[in-house]
Amino acid sequence: MTDQMPTPDEETAPEPAAPPVAPHLAPLAEAFPEAKFEQSAAGQQVARVESGRLVEFVQAARDAGFEMFIDLTAVDHYRQRSGPRYDVVVGLLSLKHNQRLRILVPVDGDVPSAPSITDVYPGANFYEREVYDLFGIDFTGHPDLTRIMLPDDWDGHPLRKDTPVGAVPIQFRDTNKVL
Amino acid sequence: MTDEVTTEEEATEAPHPAPSETERRQLHDMWASGTEEPAWVVASTAEGAQLMLPRDQATGEDVAGEGGTLVVDDRLFEDEAAEAETTILNMGPQHPSTHGVLRLQLELEGEVIRRVKPVIGYLHTGMEKTGETLTFLQGPTNVTRMDYLAPFHNELCFSLATEALLGIELPPRAEAIRVLMTELNRVSSHLTWVATQGMDLGAVSMMIYGIRERELLLAFFEKTTGLRMNHNYIRPGGVAADLPDGWEEDVVGILEGIPKGLSDYHDLLTNNPIFLGRTQGVGVITSEECFAYGITGPPLRATGVDWDLRKTQPYSGIEQYEFDVPLGENGDVYDRYTVRMEEMVQSLRIVSQVLETMPDGDYRTTDLKVTPPPRKRIDESMEALIHHFKIFTEGFKVPAGEHYQAIEGPRGELGHYLVSVGEAKPWRLHCRTPSFAAIQSLPIMMGDQLIADSIAVIASIDPVLGDVDR
Repeated sequence: MTDQMPTPDEETAPEPAAPPVAPHLAPLAEAFPEAKFEQSAAGQQVARVESGRLVEFVQAARDAGFEMFIDLTAVDHYRQRSGPRYDVVVGLLSLKHNQRLRILVPVDGDVPSAPSITDVYPGANFYEREVYDLFGIDFTGHPDLTRIMLPDDWDGHPLRKDTPVGAVPIQFRDTNKVL
Repeated sequence: MTDEVTTEEEATEAPHPAPSETERRQLHDMWASGTEEPAWVVASTAEGAQLMLPRDQATGEDVAGEGGTLVVDDRLFEDEAAEAETTILNMGPQHPSTHGVLRLQLELEGEVIRRVKPVIGYLHTGMEKTGETLTFLQGPTNVTRMDYLAPFHNELCFSLATEALLGIELPPRAEAIRVLMTELNRVSSHLTWVATQGMDLGAVSMMIYGIRERELLLAFFEKTTGLRMNHNYIRPGGVAADLPDGWEEDVVGILEGIPKGLSDYHDLLTNNPIFLGRTQGVGVITSEECFAYGITGPPLRATGVDWDLRKTQPYSGIEQYEFDVPLGENGDVYDRYTVRMEEMVQSLRIVSQVLETMPDGDYRTTDLKVTPPPRKRIDESMEALIHHFKIFTEGFKVPAGEHYQAIEGPRGELGHYLVSVGEAKPWRLHCRTPSFAAIQSLPIMMGDQLIADSIAVIASIDPVLGDVDR
């Protein structure tokens, strides 16, 4: 990007419309005008959706041909951005169109919460349990939200960025902080 | 999920020290006389809320999920099962047929499985967290240990994701070497599968045969990479070293040796009435269920869905080689068997084409950002020495961005999701592993089947628990 002032010609040029959406995504883009469709540098299709409409969006995506559930995970953008701290990342695949779709859902809070998509894709069950276990993100409506990788009595959520690697609690300090 | 825990677990909040000699004897007496064990003994294997609930406490959702009837309700005797007396049997975590530390809780009605709950995590070592502490160059050493039967595929997937973020192109020889190694690795992984599949069904000699042929491949891997497993050979920017002198003869030996073994396996298994009886119609999964649960690879192709990422979303120049995608029809254990057996033949077909068309040139990119200078330059130039040192200590910075890279592993779609913030270490590494999805679908394949069939089903999805738990 250049930091020059735009010339008058550029100002009068029609401002770029929403990024062109592939035909198989057109019904989704129409039904969810607030969802942001974008392409990553390597050309992968990404959609940013608010958590309130995630289940509807995923349902519509399945109806639009994304029949296969591939992946569900989360990213902790701790101190990396000003907005919500976590992204829940849902990966879908359309065999019919030979396309992938990655849905990013920002969530925030001490006990971040996102709706469960197990009603649409039952395969998300274990994946949501894993994210609940390792990130502490609560999936409302999940049929069996328990830890899956770690024991039930484990303290904390290791994949959060504020969980250090290889820390030991220090005794005889006035705080219970781990170093 | 309910928060109700049984009284046994509540009673054991304080950890009990290791049992003394006297306690051990008491335990033995209890076991011998059939007395109920003390709560702390029960607690030593308890997984709390992660365990299967007894049927009178389970909700309808639990029963449908664990019974494998959420997507397609093909349950035969639901009404009888609800009223009949059932037992919950623990299989694992230490069980020879679970291919690792997998624990299955089976609700049995007589000898018929009504519900299944996989309990996993016994091998969880936090490899995704570890991945955040290693540079992109060190990354393959970490991921290669996840699916230890297909190390090259893990390395390749990580390297492709990194290269996509870096935006670098590879020389043709590097790509051909990658295809050669991953396809040979597919054969070695499938050989381990056919060995264990046979052994689990009682054909113990199959184990010996499969491992025998696999040795040909492991010897070649060792010659090329220095190690039989966990190679760290495919790295961002190419491969670690060129193929050894005389690799052509080794590959020719493999191309001759493996088909002989395969014909032995066909003689032993393919038309064996016991094998047919134990695999045909057993562990059926439909393509609809595969989609809903994210089942890919041979189990998906066994249902007749023509989907192979090497054909549909090719990588590493694999599209220039000719091969077929074998398909099944019924989605049962036998079809998974035939699909994998044919896949080995097709992989060898690719290998023979690579052997004929191996291009000359560099085995890694000449991009100085990721490739250290040649060894000879280090003796001559201080700058080259510093350059080399910097790459291996600090690593190279990868532009900010995120990328999901998927390849066709031996067990299905292997995907690595990398998030970079412009540093030398990934901000987040997530591995979408095929075994994790497959383990989750066990209830579908096992529901309403005999307990003996569960062993055949576990072997047929070819799970690697290092891949499941990571």
